[in-house]
Amino acid sequence: MGKNIIEKVWQQHIVHEEAGKPDLLYIDLHLVHEVTSPQAFEGLRLNNRKLRRPDLTFATMDHNVPTQNLPTINDPIAKKQIDTLAENCKEFGVELADMGHPDQGIVHVIGPQLGLTQPGKTIVCGDSHTSTHGAFGAIAFGIGTSEVEHVMSTQTLWQAKPKTLQIEVTGELGFGVTAKDVILAIIAKFGIDVGTGHIAEFTGKAIQKLTMEERMTICNMSIEAGAKAGLISPDDTTVEYLRGRKFAPQGEAFEEATLYWKSLASDADATYDRTVTIDSSEIEPFVTWGTNPSMGTGISKTVPTSSAYSDESDRQALSKALKYMDLQEGTPIEDIEIQHVFIGSCTNSRMHDLRAAAAVIQGGKVAPGVRAIVVPGSYSVKQQAEAEGLHQLFIDAGFEWRESGCSMCLAMNEDVVPAGERCASTSNRNFEGRQGAGSRTHLVSPPMAAAAAIAGHFVDVRKVMNVPV
Amino acid sequence: MEPINIVDSIVTPLNRKNVDTDQIISKEFLKRIERTGFGQYVFYHWRFDENHEKIEEFVLNQPKYDGSTVLVAHDNFGCGSSREHAPWAILDYGFHVIIAPSFADIFHNNCFKNGILPIVLPVKQVEELLEKGEQETLAISIHLEAQTVKAGGKTYSFEIDPYYKKMLINGWDEISLTFQYEEEIAKFEEKSKQFV
Ligand code: SF4
Repeated sequence: MGKNIIEKVWQQHIVHEEAGKPDLLYIDLHLVHEVTSPQAFEGLRLNNRKLRRPDLTFATMDHNVPTQNLPTINDPIAKKQIDTLAENCKEFGVELADMGHPDQGIVHVIGPQLGLTQPGKTIVCGDSHTSTHGAFGAIAFGIGTSEVEHVMSTQTLWQAKPKTLQIEVTGELGFGVTAKDVILAIIAKFGIDVGTGHIAEFTGKAIQKLTMEERMTICNMSIEAGAKAGLISPDDTTVEYLRGRKFAPQGEAFEEATLYWKSLASDADATYDRTVTIDSSEIEPFVTWGTNPSMGTGISKTVPTSSAYSDESDRQALSKALKYMDLQEGTPIEDIEIQHVFIGSCTNSRMHDLRAAAAVIQGGKVAPGVRAIVVPGSYSVKQQAEAEGLHQLFIDAGFEWRESGCSMCLAMNEDVVPAGERCASTSNRNFEGRQGAGSRTHLVSPPMAAAAAIAGHFVDVRKVMNVPV
Repeated sequence: MEPINIVDSIVTPLNRKNVDTDQIISKEFLKRIERTGFGQYVFYHWRFDENHEKIEEFVLNQPKYDGSTVLVAHDNFGCGSSREHAPWAILDYGFHVIIAPSFADIFHNNCFKNGILPIVLPVKQVEELLEKGEQETLAISIHLEAQTVKAGGKTYSFEIDPYYKKMLINGWDEISLTFQYEEEIAKFEEKSKQFV
């Protein structure tokens, strides 16, 4: 019987296997950022331990960094955290892309960009969106700070073998439908805990056709479906993306690696503990209306009414979410007005996303009363966007063009949505207060965000782009 | 890590599904570089309003639950980010046990690393505890070794991974345990394929 990629990669990384215990799994790449690492480095120091493999560890600064007026950080506690990372990296010999470094950026944007992320690797980071790296056919998952310290000390983790979940996306995506809409539709259809206890593999024709950047958007949000990790089998698209990247193998070693990578793809007769299927024809541009990522619907629809739910606790959740979001049941999604637009985050801040958003502007201007910011995912994305003149398109339309970082995705820096105001955001979480206490987040794709910026409310991007729906 | 085995307390009922880590510890409190001192910030925006005044109705602010060390919540507790600040805050506030019908994976893992016992019980039983816990002060007694929960005259039993059970009861530090496998790790490194 064939094997799926999850089983193959897992099996290859088992250092120790014993009944009654989780597997001791080897970790090939450990990515580090300033928020979840200080206590782990401190643990090493307190226990007089070394960092076992600095060469398999790479650090950057993203969560706290300001996106304007660099390098000044006004918040002294944030500054301390950032300085602490720099000191720790120096002390333990970890390569660091710090503020202003050409490799700096959101940890899940730079890993792939630098070629650190490769098929078949086990990749961890003290950050739940580590699942992004699964787009390459890596087993990549978020860990807590104790586990960060464990990896630093031993380059391994104890991990119970997860179950496998296949999420199949059949058919072809319609015009104006992006990877973001696919993953939002998956979460809305199957729920935010469909993946709990599982690693998910995304399969199907619609997935195979996606570029690497789009695949990253999908895998990024597998954690929002509850999955420990989400991945996609490597293919020619994967290989071509990696060719020539800074930390990817070069020359002959690359060809050798290619053979190995491709051998990891799930076998045609592979099986999974569970399979769910969605057809592309069900998916239209999506907007979330509630306070978790499963509370979303198509742009042509309305905010749901309680009669749509048979379960009492679901009705309560609906009314609680709508109260927080200040929305009425049955309101057409297109009628929801926004005051902020955020294009950025590890979900949607790569070149593909910025190009797709810019394409929607078409000479329009950001609506009066709307503040729209664009935050490239990394320094090098910013450079490239500027080389292509995208920044000018945004600036001319009235968007703010910022330095790279997590920014308004979690509002740890100064980019905050004020209480009671509404934001169309290309990020991944619409939890209460995520973008600032009392803020209201609607998750959308980059083109949908750009279209909303110009209209001042949500609009069907397919109409804006002048193509019949 | 503090060992944990027998816990006698009263139930704090938090009857919500999908309590995410942003709710447990909001990002403005993640900037500390220590592991301690997060308890004061737990569920901050549910406990306090914009003016930092206590919201009296919120369960953690009701005096009858003072001193409770057992939190009972609904499905998918701890979903969202991997921030270990969430279990740190819960522990620092005083909870040693969390009971729910299901937990998000990373949070669940993080509990074991910090000496918090996460107990999974069937939805019906959890709802029973929540309901009774809301009506009265419900005494609860947890025995990890025996894998039992006693409350309201009933005994419930729960499953737990034997490895983590041992770790919790003994208060073991996982890293020192793993060092016993150093040789195997080194061997693995030698033979493993790396394209770096
Ligand atoms: S962009 Fe947002 S989700 Fe991504 S790593 Fe940063 S804070 Fe986390």
